[in-house]
Amino acid sequence: MQNEYQSLSPTAAKRWIILLAAFVNGFVIMSIELLGGRVMAPYFGSSVYVWGSIITVFMLSLSFGYLWGGRLSLNNPGPRTFVLFFFGSAVLCLPIIFFADPLMTEVFLVIEDPRYGSLLSAILLYFLPICLMGMVSPYSVRMLVARQSHSGGIAGELYFVSTLGSALGTLGTSFYFVVWFEINQIIWVCILAQLLSGTVVAIAFREQLGSGKDKDTTAPAPASAAVDARGGHS
Amino acid sequence: MRFATWLISLLLVTTGTQQASAQRNVVHEERSQYRDVVVTEFNGQRCMLFNVVRGDMNQTCMDLSDPERLIFTYTKMSFAGLLFNPQPERILIAGLGGGTIPMTLRELYPDAEMDVVEIDPAVVTVAKDWFNYQEDDKHEVHVVDARVFIKRAGLRGVKYDFIMLDAFSGEYIPEHLLSREFLQEVKTLLTDDGILVANTFSSSRLYDHESVTYRDVFGPFYNFKLPDSGNRIILATPGDTLPHVGDLRAPARDLYDRLEPYGINILEFPPRLSDEPDWDTEARVLTDQYSPANLLN
Repeated sequence: MQNEYQSLSPTAAKRWIILLAAFVNGFVIMSIELLGGRVMAPYFGSSVYVWGSIITVFMLSLSFGYLWGGRLSLNNPGPRTFVLFFFGSAVLCLPIIFFADPLMTEVFLVIEDPRYGSLLSAILLYFLPICLMGMVSPYSVRMLVARQSHSGGIAGELYFVSTLGSALGTLGTSFYFVVWFEINQIIWVCILAQLLSGTVVAIAFREQLGSGKDKDTTAPAPASAAVDARGGHS
Repeated sequence: MRFATWLISLLLVTTGTQQASAQRNVVHEERSQYRDVVVTEFNGQRCMLFNVVRGDMNQTCMDLSDPERLIFTYTKMSFAGLLFNPQPERILIAGLGGGTIPMTLRELYPDAEMDVVEIDPAVVTVAKDWFNYQEDDKHEVHVVDARVFIKRAGLRGVKYDFIMLDAFSGEYIPEHLLSREFLQEVKTLLTDDGILVANTFSSSRLYDHESVTYRDVFGPFYNFKLPDSGNRIILATPGDTLPHVGDLRAPARDLYDRLEPYGINILEFPPRLSDEPDWDTEARVLTDQYSPANLLN
C-alpha cells in the first residue's frame, strides 16, 4: 500500500501556497456565513431560527464537502481538481449577490413560517459554494501528504491554518468589515480572494495542470523526487 | 435563586440604577430562546428585566398599587402620536414588553383593531402572567420578527393609522429594523392620516445615522425629547408636509382629560416637538446592505 502511494509532494514553496489557499478558504467560509444573517434578516428576521438555519446549512455543506472532497482525492488526485474548487466556489457565490433578493422574495411568498423559509433559502444560496469550499480541506491533505506517517501532522497543520482563517474571517467581518463596507462589497472581495487563490495555486502547479490526467506525469522536480523516494522507504 | 437575587441587587446597586439600600426580589424567571426574562418586585413596583447579568435597565415596570399609572417617561411620550391622529382605528405595535402601551391604548380606544408583534414568546407569557396583559377579539399578539410581520402585512395590503416601533433587543433596536428598506416597508402600511411613533435613544452614535435614514424615507419628521428622559421619540407621517405645531394644541386640549389618569400631561408635548435637524446631516443612511447598527451604537 505504501509503495503504491503516489505522492504529489510539493516543494516548500508549493506547500506554503496550499496552506495559504486553505487559510483564505477558511476565512471566506466564515465571512460569508456571518453575512448570511444580514442577507436573510430582511426576509426572515433575526430570530434564533435564522441563525439556526444558517449554521445548520453551513455545517451540512461542509460535512458533505469533506466527504466528497475526500472521495475525489482517491482517484487521480492533482492540482487541477484543487484549483477547480476555488474557481467553482467563487462562481457559485455570485447568486448570493445577484439572485438572493428575488429568490428570498419567492420563498417568502411560498413559505409562511420563517424557520422553514430561512432554511430553504440558506440551502439554495449556500449549499453549493460552501460544499465546494469544504472539499478544499481533505483535498489539501492529499496534496500535501508525502508519507503516510506524516499524514496526521499535515492534517493538523491544515486544520490549524484553515480554522485560523475561519476565526479571523469571523472577527474581521463582524467587527470591522460591516462597518466599512456594504454586504455585497464584502462578498465580492470573498469571490476575488477565491479566484486569486485558485490562480496562484494554478500558477505554482502549472507543470502538473497541463497533462491529460490530473496527475504529475511530467518529470518531477528534484526536491519532490527526493521526498518521494523517502516516502517510499518509510 | 437566592444567589440570583443577591446578584441582581448587587448589580443594580453597583450600576446605580436604584437606591443603594434597595432589596430587590426576583419573583419569577422565564426561560427564553433569546434572553431570560426576569420579574422583580421592589418599592411597590413590578418590573420586567432582560440581560440581568449585564445589569441592563428595566424593560417595563408597573406600579402595583396603581397599575394604570405609566412609570416610564418614554412610555408617556409615545402617546404624542395621538396628537396627529386622535382617533386611531387600526394600531400596530412592534415590541410588547409588559404590554403597557397596548393595554393603555385598548382602554382609550376599545373599538380599535390592534396587532402587537413580539419576537419572544417568553415575553408574551410574562406580560400575560405578571403584567395584566391580555388579548381580546380585536387585539392579537403575533410571535414573529417585526420585519417579517411588516413585510407580510405589506404584501397583503394591510394598513394601519397608528404604528409604534418599540422593538429592542438587549442593547438597542435590531439592525434590520433600522434600515431604509424596513422604514419603506413600514411607510407602505401607513394610511394617509396615519402616524409612525418610533422609540429611540437620544444618546448613541447611531443617532445621526438613524435620523438621516428616517429623513430619507419620511422627509421632515418631528423629534420629541423631554429633559428627564434619554429617549427620543420620532413622529413621522407618510405625507410630504408635517402639521404645524400650533395645530397640535387643539388635539392636545381634547386629549388632556383622557390621558391625565395615566400620568400623561399631553399639553406639554407640542412645544417640545422639533423638525429641525439636530444631527449630522452628512451621516450615512442605514440600508440592508449597510447597517452596522450594533457596532456603531
